[in-house]
Amino acid sequence: MAFSSFADFLAMGGHAPYVWSAWGVTLFFLLASVGHARLERRQLIRGLKRRQRRDQAYRASPQNSTGGQNAPAGGGHHDA
Amino acid sequence: MWAFIHKLGSPKWFYALSARLQPWFWALAAVLIVIGTLWGLAFAPADYQQGNSFRIIYIHVPAAFLAQSVFVSMAVAGLVFMVWKIKVADMAAAVMAPFGAAMTFVALFSGAVWGVPTWGTWWMWDARLTSMLILLFLYLGVIALRGSFASRHSGARAASVLAMVGVINIPVIKYSVDWWYTLHQPATFSVTSSPAMPVSMWLPLLVMVVGFYSFFIALTLMRTRNEILRRESNKRWVKELFQEAQ
Repeated sequence: MAFSSFADFLAMGGHAPYVWSAWGVTLFFLLASVGHARLERRQLIRGLKRRQRRDQAYRASPQNSTGGQNAPAGGGHHDA
Repeated sequence: MWAFIHKLGSPKWFYALSARLQPWFWALAAVLIVIGTLWGLAFAPADYQQGNSFRIIYIHVPAAFLAQSVFVSMAVAGLVFMVWKIKVADMAAAVMAPFGAAMTFVALFSGAVWGVPTWGTWWMWDARLTSMLILLFLYLGVIALRGSFASRHSGARAASVLAMVGVINIPVIKYSVDWWYTLHQPATFSVTSSPAMPVSMWLPLLVMVVGFYSFFIALTLMRTRNEILRRESNKRWVKELFQEAQ
């Protein structure tokens, strides 16, 4: 341990503003990167599920029960 | 080998493989960054000249390494995309750019803040500092260029070309401290000689560097997966991933 007390550690020998601001900015960018990636994934999955439900509802409705020829835009076509 | 590369280029296969790799890199990054932070901030000895401001090295050096490595990775991905038309490579290049820009900013910011107590100035038009600032602008240019085309393919090609051309700045950054020795000190780590610091100082730095690289790999895997979901949302295999029980 390079410091004798916690207060000493926080003071960083008078260099507290430099050390802590550099660390703070770094941690902010690392955490923001993870947070953004997680949010992005959640939103994409929500969108994919929503579209799936819409396609299913479309196919299930009586006037479309004859087949999938007139699929809604953005869904229904199988291009695998 | 070629079969493996070919498979890696398939979004479906990449999506499955990255799902298995991702948790390991996140775990490694978290463990190493926590250990490296505690070690570097509280346990490593203070520098006899710089005192505790020296502890900024534990984020400054990893961030500066990544700033350059991410750019090279992005240029390589751009080359792979241009030559072999592998879409996953372009998706990876697209998600790397913002993180690379963030790391370049972190390197510049932590360097400026470190410069105040050490050099007495937060900025000087020193060769290393200037070439890093150019790197930040190159990242922003790549991001802006990609977004400025109506067609995704044109944007991807333009961004790849700029990344490949911009990579010339990387050796300039690396050798700037030797060619124009003005303010910034020469490299801390080198392959050919042992570090000038004692083990108690450079070992936590090594831990942080490996931790930051793991973080970059984990984040790139995660965001490339997101990009696959976005671009391949019409593909049957993507739809089947989120099929709800009927």
